[in-house]
Amino acid sequence: MTTLGSATLAASLLVALYAAGAAIYGARTHDRRWVVSSRRAVYALGVLLTVAVLILEHAFLTNDFGFEIVAEHSSTTTPTLYKLTAMWSSQPGGLLLWAWLLSLASSAVLYLTRNRHREIAPWATAVLMGLGAFFIGLLIFGAPPFTKLSPAPMEGSGLNPLLRNPYMVAHPPMLYSGYVFFSIPFAFAIGALITRRLDTSWIRSTRRFALIAWTLLAIGLLLGSRWSYEELNWGGYWGWDAVENAALMPWLVGTAFLHSIMVQERRGMLKVWNVSLIVGTFSLALLGTFLVRSGVIESIHAFGASTVGGPLLVLLGIVLIGSTLLIISRLDDLKPERRLNSGLSRESIFLINNLLLVGLAFVILWGTLFPLLSEAVTGERASVGAAFFEKITTPFGVLLVLFTGIGPLIGWGRTTPGAVGRVLAWPAAIAALAVVALLVGGVERRPLAIVLFAFATFALVALAQEFWRAGSARRAMSGGSFPAALGGAVLRNRRRYGGYTAHIGIAILLIGVAASSSFQHSSDLRLGVGKSGTVGDYKLTYRKLTVDLKNERIAFGAALDVSKDGERVDTLRPARNYYPSSDPSVGPIARYYEGEATSEVGMRSGLGGDLWTAFQPDLSSLDAKIKEGDRKFSDFPPDAQGLVVAGIAASYTDNPPPASFRANTNPLVIWIWLGGLIAVSGALFAVWPTAEGRRRVEAVYAARLGRELTRA
Amino acid sequence: MDPARKRKVRLVVALSVAVLLAVGLVYTSFSASTEARQPSELLTANPGDTYDLTGKVVPDSIDHQGEELLFRVQDRDGDQSVPVTYTGTVPDPFRDGREVIVTGSMQDGTFAGQRDTLITKCPSKFTED
Repeated sequence: MTTLGSATLAASLLVALYAAGAAIYGARTHDRRWVVSSRRAVYALGVLLTVAVLILEHAFLTNDFGFEIVAEHSSTTTPTLYKLTAMWSSQPGGLLLWAWLLSLASSAVLYLTRNRHREIAPWATAVLMGLGAFFIGLLIFGAPPFTKLSPAPMEGSGLNPLLRNPYMVAHPPMLYSGYVFFSIPFAFAIGALITRRLDTSWIRSTRRFALIAWTLLAIGLLLGSRWSYEELNWGGYWGWDAVENAALMPWLVGTAFLHSIMVQERRGMLKVWNVSLIVGTFSLALLGTFLVRSGVIESIHAFGASTVGGPLLVLLGIVLIGSTLLIISRLDDLKPERRLNSGLSRESIFLINNLLLVGLAFVILWGTLFPLLSEAVTGERASVGAAFFEKITTPFGVLLVLFTGIGPLIGWGRTTPGAVGRVLAWPAAIAALAVVALLVGGVERRPLAIVLFAFATFALVALAQEFWRAGSARRAMSGGSFPAALGGAVLRNRRRYGGYTAHIGIAILLIGVAASSSFQHSSDLRLGVGKSGTVGDYKLTYRKLTVDLKNERIAFGAALDVSKDGERVDTLRPARNYYPSSDPSVGPIARYYEGEATSEVGMRSGLGGDLWTAFQPDLSSLDAKIKEGDRKFSDFPPDAQGLVVAGIAASYTDNPPPASFRANTNPLVIWIWLGGLIAVSGALFAVWPTAEGRRRVEAVYAARLGRELTRA
Repeated sequence: MDPARKRKVRLVVALSVAVLLAVGLVYTSFSASTEARQPSELLTANPGDTYDLTGKVVPDSIDHQGEELLFRVQDRDGDQSVPVTYTGTVPDPFRDGREVIVTGSMQDGTFAGQRDTLITKCPSKFTED
């Protein structure tokens, strides 16, 4: 089977190269047959890579440890869900996923645009298939997924315990598909540049792909942060780690792109800016893949020096230099059709929002690459920590939330100050009231957080007002009840109201970020059984230690009684899981304690805030028993050793030494993910195809056909 | 003012703002940054200065004393090592032999780690540990 897999990959490489070559040849000779053939080759590539993925998944499901990748990332005891998803915890599997998703997305976009873009599409095909060939080449020559292991081992080493979590099942493919989907508008932008067809048609055809990419990246980021919050014992959701930043940067620049293309569609402006943004977004996506895979920056995720870092850097260089030269050579075709004629217009608000988003991405990029920069400048490798990122990104966040509210209120073209004043009046008044209420209500004085709350309130009221205006305007026109009128208005302009919903989500998300970071209480407690400690308004009592043995792990847990104002409100059960080590040099008993450990957080979660606890037992008192066990029972059968392990674990519960706890109160933290969910739903609402939208597209075709016929 | 002149003024203002912001960024990042050092390079360290100590946890050196975690860190490719004291969250993957980064300063021959600065690299499944 490994041979079949390798053969499929080899065939894929040839097909991708053929598709790229045929597309370029067809474009240059204007021979449609070659173009059609290249498009079909893209479909064929989709089929071939699907086969490759299926071969690999089949091997995972049937525990075929003759596949090296299966032996290293799965085992017979791995649950089926994690067998299916273990593929992308490996480098070759991740790259195969990249290539596969690229082939599917390319097939989809070329199918959808098969009757349009006769000029642009072949060049876009060439770009996409060039990328495809690159990744397949990396797979074949750098990180082969179909390496045979002979003889096949009896058992695999299993999936890294930290990744055995539903969030981690979905997180990597979401990020990967986000990156891949951004390659579609990138490829069409390059096609448009090459053919000088720089009107908005490339944007219209790929806008939806950009929005899907944005949504998938957002989901990936949200899942990753939730995983960190629930599975890691430090209590945060974002650590400004290089690899986290690498996923955030393309999302930020992609957000800027989604906004500024509207300016080009409406006003014919910002053309250079738009092609630069999509090149930037895609380059940052490549940079993200490179940072994850190369280990140039110290990061908890960086997977050590690997074979694919160099080629990825070369690709990034080609993309950046090639695109820049192409844009410079086409500057004459990218002249704006209008000039910015008023500071009080939606396009200028969009411009400011764009500068903020790109500026934010830039400072994050600066901080992320700072170790390399400082090494180049001073010779010393120095890095900036989370404190730097928090300090420097906060002003951007505060201003951005303000603009999520202002943007929708200001019309295109030119708005008079009077009109602006009228729409701003209510939001501004209510925001001011909110600040007074917060200060009177005795909230701690954290100026930046309070300013953010004010701006977010402003934005939320402004957006609510937009929905209200839409509903009442439609009601005035067509009558009926207000909800029906609102529904009708929203459904008629999904893109606008989906966008506003996304704004509402982001404003809520940022409220959650500000509240949970500025008003958090955190305690590190060292408690013996029966002892209590406090965090915020809560009193925590360590009632007892529990032990739970499953075939794969030993879980030590704590029963923590929570009381507030003298009344018991809950019992939390944070735990720590110890997975056996596969290191053969560790003794048979010790290996159960020396392997990976993961935390199960104990949480009392609510809309007002979370009480978050993590537990770390002190197992050093077991060392003597474990050593003794290793000495006495090393020759015993595994079953008997298992009993010894269980006995040692049980003995620990009798009289456990004090354990460490971390307890945090995180006000409003859940709104980060609820806000994220709202934002993502808004984007999905905007992107969902409608019957009306299809009719409109068909009408456009009919009109174009009519024009061409009359001209002929 | 004629439009061309107005645009020029606007451009100059925008560029000066951008330059100011850039200078601010460079200044903040250099003043907020900490140098990375391996144990062997700490010998030349200024006492009191803050560094990011990087290296591997020396096997069998991990010990708990009350709130404090004591361990030794050695060079990635060498055996020079330095004792470390640390309080705060210990990441899940923290183990003998793992690569760690901890921020702190030298005090009487011991590297005193700042609270909650300990980072452990995810054990790599892609390459040999």
